[in-house]
Amino acid sequence: MTDTTYREAIRQALLDGMEADRSVILMGEEVGLYGGAYGVTKGLIDLFGADRVIDTPISEPAIIGAAIGAAMTGLRPVAELMYVDFAGMAMDQIANQAAKSRYMFGGQIGVPMVLRTQGGTGRSAAAQHSQSLEAWVMHTPGLRLVMPATVNDAYHLLRGAMEQPDPVVVIEHKGLYTLKGALDTARPDAPWGQPATRRAGRDLVILTYSRMLHESLAAAERLAAAGVEAEVIDLRCLNPLDEGPLVDAVRRTGRAMVVTEAVVTGSVASELAAKLGELCFDWLEEPILRLGGEDIPIPVSPALERGSIPSADLIHDTALWLVTRKAPSWAA
Amino acid sequence: MTAAPLANAGALARYRMMRRIRSFEERVGELFLKGGSAGSMLHLSIGEEAVVGLTDAMRDGDSFTTHHRGHGVFLGRGGDPNRMMAEIAGKEDGYCRGKGGSMHIADRALGHLGANAIVGGGIPHVVGAGLTYRNRGTGQISVAFFGDGAMSQGILYESMNMAALWRLPVIFCCINNQYGMGTRVDRSAGARDFPARAAAFGLAAARADGAQVEAVHDAARDLVAGAREGRPGFLEIDAYRFFGHARMDKSPYRTPEEEAEGRLRDPVATARARLLAEGQAAAPDLDRIDAEAGAEMDAALAHALATPPPPLSTMFQDVYAPGTPAPRPQAARLAAILAEELRA
Repeated sequence: MTDTTYREAIRQALLDGMEADRSVILMGEEVGLYGGAYGVTKGLIDLFGADRVIDTPISEPAIIGAAIGAAMTGLRPVAELMYVDFAGMAMDQIANQAAKSRYMFGGQIGVPMVLRTQGGTGRSAAAQHSQSLEAWVMHTPGLRLVMPATVNDAYHLLRGAMEQPDPVVVIEHKGLYTLKGALDTARPDAPWGQPATRRAGRDLVILTYSRMLHESLAAAERLAAAGVEAEVIDLRCLNPLDEGPLVDAVRRTGRAMVVTEAVVTGSVASELAAKLGELCFDWLEEPILRLGGEDIPIPVSPALERGSIPSADLIHDTALWLVTRKAPSWAA
Repeated sequence: MTAAPLANAGALARYRMMRRIRSFEERVGELFLKGGSAGSMLHLSIGEEAVVGLTDAMRDGDSFTTHHRGHGVFLGRGGDPNRMMAEIAGKEDGYCRGKGGSMHIADRALGHLGANAIVGGGIPHVVGAGLTYRNRGTGQISVAFFGDGAMSQGILYESMNMAALWRLPVIFCCINNQYGMGTRVDRSAGARDFPARAAAFGLAAARADGAQVEAVHDAARDLVAGAREGRPGFLEIDAYRFFGHARMDKSPYRTPEEEAEGRLRDPVATARARLLAEGQAAAPDLDRIDAEAGAEMDAALAHALATPPPPLSTMFQDVYAPGTPAPRPQAARLAAILAEELRA
């Protein structure tokens, strides 16, 4: 167990994965000499050489397409899409090629690759470098999807992804790279594919993932001071999604909110609220709430950007409203 | 008593393969007319059989991807007509167990990394295959087959750039049949010298007459030899699409006169005439080859019609690898919500 950062934990996962399996290669824009746009892959080209840490031209479709072909023929590529926003360039290769090859070809040709990318707000990077596009991935059968929120998960969700037989999209959060925490390379927070309960509580359950976990935990601490005990579950893996623990928690508390950074309409939060609403209808005291980003492109002004996504304050106020039915001041 | 060897056994073998492709595609047309095909998105490669000149220059272990008009390429690489036709009919013993059909046939064992129905979609996969072969020093090559339509897709240029940059054992093969669906190439390409485009990226580039399989073969042999040594190549096969885009297309965008002229550039008839003229085969020998090909493909057609469709339960298989969480049928979810005994 060591104290490290989210960024270093990802780097360690790549390093350990490459040492464990010679077929693992990294490829992407600036992953080699530059060391990654956020410094994640720094020094790996010196350790593993340019044949295994491959700097690519700025060609997102072909980066992912080449990773697919390498995966089909025996390598285990970890391709990096520098920003998830660039998926717009590459969506055919992600959604029509990587996701569908195994099925279309009758199970003959799997695509065991990892697509590492990062999303989210927090750097005033504006509308084309700040999005949370996990719904695009979750809407596509054939892809797996994990979104680490903690240092330990940054390591273990990626290591696990590198061992999956199918394409896994790992969406990191650009606002978490400097997060400090404990890394135990021998012990994941929960098995790959399952959620982790980060805080127990009896009054409501907050379902969340990625950076919103930390806002939710901060809100839960303040709720406790007001006498409201919120359970906080970190989904970690959106595909596969292990519904069982989520259903149990919602039935136990009777109140639930899903907190994400993505715009609400057509979101993962909407899907979870619908799914849990169906399965927990008779146990619910209140409708399942969705709390997400406003339905707008991300604005560049720090004030506007912060205001467009949930904060610990907003989560706290909304949860208190849900439990006590007393409206917060901003709702008057 | 053995017959004297033919002066060019390869040429005769390529003639036989082209005839098998022609017969296969004709039976695909029949399968559709009999109502036995899965849909009408069937893209015949009649007129493009000279691609055999390249498939015949490849070796066992080489891999390839094709476009939506790839039946001929796959037969050229050893595809089994029975399993191909069954797949085109959406049957369980097809190559993809009835999941892919004409536009998504694949066969890992023969190096077929998949036919693709997105124009240009399969091209970058050979770049990745090339990376595998380069890193492992296997001596294999990978070939992307696509049509002139893909010459307008950006991913081709991204892929050619990477192949040249990384000196990959890869060939890009444009089977130019003059039409992207209903748009003739002079209405889609600002400049029509496709090999010049590839050469500008640093590839060894050639064009061959698609009516002359031996010309294609000569060009292909050089490109394949270069690719094996890390010099990626590009080959344009200049052909003519004899029929419409897919089975429902009656080609209203071109004239009967143009079609008649285009069909004179027939690689099968041209090869036959050349084999006879050069004394490499006698007419009865070629007639026998033609008859054997017809009978083989008649049997494939009969097989596709007779063999059973996949059971409904297979729908949920192979979205993900066996042994990992699989999609659940909707009915199970509905039952969990609505079944009285499950409600409190």
